[in-house]
Order: sequence, then C-alpha cells, then structure tokens
Amino acid sequence: MVQAAHDATSFVAPLEVEEEELYHAKTFIGKYIWSQDAKVIAIQYAVTAIAIGLVALVLSVIMRLQLGFPDTFDFITPSNYLQFVTMHGMIMVIYLLTALFLGGFGNYLIPLMCGARDMVFPYVNMVSYWVYLAAVLLLVASFFVPGGPTGAGWTLYPPQAISPGTPGADAGIIMMLVSLALFIVGFTMGGLNYVVTVLQARTRGMTLMRLPLTIWGIFMATVLALLAFPALFVSAIMMTLDRLLGTSFFMPAMVSMGEQTAYDGGSPILFQHLFWFFGHPEVYIVALPAFGIVSDLLATHARKCIFGYRMMVWAIVAIGALSFVVWAHHMYVSGMNPYFGFFFATTTLIIAVPTAIKVYNWVLTLWRGNIRLTVPMLFAIGFIFTFINGGLTGLFLGNVTVDLPLSDTYFVVAHFHMVMAVSPILVVFGAIYHWYPKITGRMLNDTLGKAHFWITFIGTYTIYYPMHYLGFEGLPRRYYAYGDTAFMSDSAQALNSFITVAACIVAVAQILFIWNLISSLRNGKPSGPNPWEATTLEWQTPDTPPKHGNFGENLPLVYRWAYDYSVPGAVEDFIPQNVPPEDVPTARTDDPTAAPAEGQPA
Amino acid sequence: MAESMALEPGLKGIASDWGSDQRAFKNVPWGKAMMWIFLLSDTFIFSCFLISYMTVRMSTTVDWPVPSEVFALSFGGEPIPLILIAIMTFILISSSGTMAMAVKFGYEKNKTMTFWLIVVTAMFGASFVGMQAFEWTKLIVEEGVRPWGNPMGAPQFGAAFFMITGFHGFHVTIGVIFLLITAFKVRRGDLDNERPGFMTGRKGRYEIVETMGLYWHFVDLVWVFIFAFFYLW
Repeated sequence: MVQAAHDATSFVAPLEVEEEELYHAKTFIGKYIWSQDAKVIAIQYAVTAIAIGLVALVLSVIMRLQLGFPDTFDFITPSNYLQFVTMHGMIMVIYLLTALFLGGFGNYLIPLMCGARDMVFPYVNMVSYWVYLAAVLLLVASFFVPGGPTGAGWTLYPPQAISPGTPGADAGIIMMLVSLALFIVGFTMGGLNYVVTVLQARTRGMTLMRLPLTIWGIFMATVLALLAFPALFVSAIMMTLDRLLGTSFFMPAMVSMGEQTAYDGGSPILFQHLFWFFGHPEVYIVALPAFGIVSDLLATHARKCIFGYRMMVWAIVAIGALSFVVWAHHMYVSGMNPYFGFFFATTTLIIAVPTAIKVYNWVLTLWRGNIRLTVPMLFAIGFIFTFINGGLTGLFLGNVTVDLPLSDTYFVVAHFHMVMAVSPILVVFGAIYHWYPKITGRMLNDTLGKAHFWITFIGTYTIYYPMHYLGFEGLPRRYYAYGDTAFMSDSAQALNSFITVAACIVAVAQILFIWNLISSLRNGKPSGPNPWEATTLEWQTPDTPPKHGNFGENLPLVYRWAYDYSVPGAVEDFIPQNVPPEDVPTARTDDPTAAPAEGQPA
Repeated sequence: MAESMALEPGLKGIASDWGSDQRAFKNVPWGKAMMWIFLLSDTFIFSCFLISYMTVRMSTTVDWPVPSEVFALSFGGEPIPLILIAIMTFILISSSGTMAMAVKFGYEKNKTMTFWLIVVTAMFGASFVGMQAFEWTKLIVEEGVRPWGNPMGAPQFGAAFFMITGFHGFHVTIGVIFLLITAFKVRRGDLDNERPGFMTGRKGRYEIVETMGLYWHFVDLVWVFIFAFFYLW
C-alpha cells in the first residue's frame, strides 16, 4: 500500500446505469463521414476550426501589412481593411477557439477522461458538427457576395453595422448574423451532450472531485456557453429583423446619407448590453478550457500533483459565475449610467482573485517539480507568461478612470490578444503536441515543435509588447491608416513596421506546425499507448488510437484522483487512475503488506 | 469502503453528494437531464427577448398602444378585451394538464390512454397555433399592424409582438410535431418493445413521454410570462 496517495480507495461503487448502447455503423461513410463517434466528430471539428483559423491568420497578416507599410498595397482598400478586421476577430474567437476547445477537445477528451463509451447522445452530437460546418460555410460564402463580408467590427454594433456605407451592409451582415445563429444552434446540440456526459455518464469510481481539471474547464466553459450564447442569438435575430423587415429594436431615428431613415426609437445600447452579456462569458468560454488543459499539462510534465486541486476546481466555478456580472466593463465609454461603471469595475476586479489563485497554483505546481521540458510543457509555461502579462493589463482596463483614455486604443488590442488570444492558442498548441500521440499513435517531431514554440512565443512578445506603447500614445484601433496626426510620434510608424515584420515571421512559422501535423501522420515515431507516462484514463485505453467505444470489453474502474505523480513509496513516478491501491508496485518488497499480489506486474 | 458511503455533514456533504460516483443527479435518465439543461438555456433566450422588449418599450418616445384595446374582439357589437388571448391561454394550460396525465399513464405503461392523451395535447397545441394565426391575420389585415410600424403608436409594438409570439408559436409548433411523433411511437409499441430509434442504439422507453412533457410545460410556462408582460402590462 502506498502511504501518501491522495484519495485512493479500493472500494468502487456498483454500476448505477446499464452501459450505453452504441450505434455501430457498417459503412465507411457511417464510420468516418456521418460519424457518431465522438472522437471522429472531434477531429472533424478540429480540422474545420483550424482550416478557418488559417484564413483568419492570413487576414491578420494582410491587416498588418497595411498598418506597417501604408500606401504600398493596392489591393487593401479601407473597406477591405475593415472587413478583414471584422472577420479576423469573429473567426478567431468563435469559429476557431470556441469550436476547437469545446467541439474539438471537448468531444475527444470528455468521454475518454470520464471513462464513458461515447457522448450520451451521439446522433445529436453528429448533427452538431454538420450545423457548425454549415455556419462556417455560410461565413466563408459571405466573402463572395456583392459588397463582401461585413466590416462592422466583430462587435457588430448597430446602428453602424446595418447602415448604408458600412462595408457589407447589404448581404454580408445578414450572412454573418445567420451564420452566428446557426453556430449557436449547432453548439447547443453539442454542448448539451458535453454537460450531460460529464454529469451523468462517468465510469464507476469517477467522482466529480476526481475529474482531471481539463474536464472541469471544458465542462464549466460549456455551461457558460449554454447560458451566454442565448443573448447573442437573440441579438442576432433582432438585428436581422432590423435589417430585413425594418423594425427598430436597435435603430434610433437618424439621418443617413443625407436622408431621414425609416427607423425610429430603438436602443443601440440594448445591443451592447446583449452582446457583452454574451461577449464577456465568451472570454471565459475560451479561457476556462485553456486553464483546465494547462493544469494537466503542467502536472503531467512536472511529474507533480497539481497544487491545490480543490481550489482549482472552485476557482473555475467562481470565475464562471462571476463572468456573468462583469459584462458592462466593455461599455465604460458607451454613455451608460456612470454608477454602472462603479459596480462593474468592482466585480471585474473581484474576478482577479480566483484567477490569481489559479496562477499561483500553476507556479507552485512547477515548484520543485521534476520538470521535463517537452514541447507541450514549453507551451504550458509560455502560457503562464503571456497570461500573467495580459491579466495585469486587464487590471488597468478594468478601472473606469484608467480605461477611459485607453479605450479603443492599441493598448486594448495588446491586452486582449495577450490574455485571450495568444494564451489560449499557446494552450491549443501544447494540447495538440500532448494528445496527438493518442489521436494518431505517433509522436510529433520534437525539433520542429521546439522551433515552432520559440518563434511563436518570442514572436508574441515582439508583436504585442510594442502595441502597449502605441496604445499609451493614443493610437486608435481599427484605423486603416494614420497619416500625419499631431499626437503620434514619428517612431510610431517605425514601431508599426517592426510589428508587421514580426507578425509575418510568426505567421509563416505556423507552416512548421501544419507540416509537422501532416508529416508525422506517416513519419512520426510510434508513441505507444502512454508516451508521457500520464495518469488519466485516455492514456490507459487498450488501443491507440482508441476504437469506437473507447475502452474495449470493460470500462475502467477509477480508484484515485488524476494527479498521483511521484507518490512516495511507489516504484514508478505515476499511478494511473484505474490502478487499485493494492496493485501499486512499491519499492520496499520486504514489507509483506506491500508485496504485489500474484499475477500482477512487479 | 465505509468512508465513501458515509454521509458527511454540512457543505462538505453537499459537495460530495453532488460530486458523487457516476452521476450527479441520481435516477435522472440522460434524456431528462439533457432536456432540463436545454430548457435552462432556452429560458435565457426568452428572458433576453422579454428584457429587450421591456427596454425598447421604455426607450421609445412614442406612446405604446393599449393592449386591451388592440387585442379586443367584438361579439354582437360589444368589444371584449383580451378575449381571444384568454381562450388561448386557457387552452394551453389545459394542454399541460392532459400532458401531465399522459406522463402518468405512460409510467403505468397504459398504451391506449398515453396515446390518446398525447394526441389531445397535440390538438390543443395545434388549436393554440391556429388561433395565434387568426390573431396575427386580424392584426395585420384589419388593424394594419406591421413589424416596422402601426397606426396606434410605437413601431416597436408590432416588432416585439411578432417576434416574441412568433418565437413562442414556433416552439409550440415544434412541440406539436414531436408530440405526434411520440404518439406514433407509443401506438406502434416502440416503448413497450424497447425498439431503438432512428440511427441510434438508444432503446425506446416511456421516459421520453416525460421528457416531451417537460418541454411542453416549459412552453406553457413561457406563455404565462409573455401573457403577463405583453398583454397585461
């Protein structure tokens, strides 16, 4: 018996529900195209999300080219620039990060890490992906309609978003809104599956407090999404009606192009409230899965239990709950009642407490760990850096008085890219390097991975650090060109060119990653079932990659939490969750109680 | 081991209860849990609709039409305020009653009664949608109410009315369709024979009647709020 194990028990409660009856498709199409297997759906989600994410990456490079070298590129017009800004933001936040974390990692990891055969409703899960694909295709189609995609900014504020003169105000905005509504419908189908699977379909012995933090993060993010997306759904419907039927929900009486419009008496601020009631939880929909995954990466590759597991769980729950009462900190300059600003600044600063708890716990997990500087670990540590940087600037922007002069400057751009764009993306990279061996059975190339990490990580700082200074100077965001302005120093343009060069290098470096993903499918060295010597259930499957049904004949039984690394007395420095206490090989074989039972591997 | 089974006192007990082995909600089937969570999400949708309606009603500078006059029907020359809505509300609430009875007979595996009660519920629902269509036609054709304006006052009146009742009517229509599918499954004996559904391994069980019932009661409850906030305010 190992003495110091966290909550290991020999007792496993009896089965409460009969096993899930899976639908086994016979044809190739049923297995891999219209598949109901959560793992296949996960890969479909991930590939689609990464593909559309690459489009958004190219858009950002085009924007940077214009900003760094104005008057150089003829094909970037002011309208195009605004459209690229809009599409870049919308795609990255919703169609890439949300879909990849929840649809991709959620689908792959939830059944495997909870010890379930599949999601609870595989058919609905399948439909979820195809609706998501339709939403993505509609979004892509909006590039090819007359007038192009909408250029209203990813926040789509009315009245400007649907007024003539804004790029894409004809067809683009409608396609954008319908695409968002479709995305929400598709996501809801998947999200209900994720939540119910975590709550109701865990294997025997898997209590909620034994779940890996990855699952906690994805679970809480899904709950947030199910409660926050309705606000976006409603505002998308109302704006579509404003645009198509001429209703005036968001549209005040106004003069446009020299003529009085037919709109009258609507409330543009209502849209902002609805949008940010969705928009702020959305930040945490992207961040919480990253928090969870990075906790597991750190614990696994530092060979230490996560520091303060229980507090980590409560911090995730607290952040999730608080994220619903901070939305108006995006609206300090909107003209709302100043007392609102006081309230929302307070709640915003309170949310820093559970977030800080998480950061301390990550650092303390590393403290005196047996750190293996693998590629996933590099990305996880990189995340801690970028997240702390972005989080600290959040404290500036959360205070009304500091936010007012910084609002809509490059300081804001730098802040949110550090904290909710680059940080989650670093975790996405780390997670892909970490789980790719389980998904394909092969390792990714280490050298390419390390090159990819260092270029991306250092590139992040060369791109976003200077933006803070541009923001302090008052350089406004979403501008096509700056020309000669009195407040802007001459060096600002030089800084902009520097950022553009760095951004181009980082963007091109992502080819290393894509190439690594593709070539390792054939050439990667075989990984075996558990290359990182991790404890969680997905590494204990009989087959790698896992087959339909995940665990072969019998579902695993769980005897311990997910973080039994370097347990004193045990021979190996990790004990998988499905190993009972009496089967753990111990060093002191002279102790009769510790001798492994007959037939067990010593 | 005893420690896993023992009940702990206080907050720790609550946490360990909720986080307990395999399932957070004991004896709640997957479909039912999923429906509850979906309804929670849908509650947020309707809340956003109603809050938005209240906001535009307060922000518009034009007078709001008086609902009791707009939604009045004349019988023999005498206008009766809200009479149609009263009937519609009565019918929808009655349908919740028949739905609840269907659930009861479903768990008793009384095939005939379950089937007929679900059909009656669906018919109530269909007549509700029918009367809503009549109400819409009257407003559009006779009163001249449009989503973008109306002769009585604020243009948001028509916009909010058509959007919210339309979205609710859409929910009722979906409910009627799925009630009829459920009724068909009951009649064919799918739930008695545990026949798997379309492209799934999941066996048919009488639980689905209750799951449908949850949805139906929710649609009914939402109507009470729409009725209170739109017609009575």
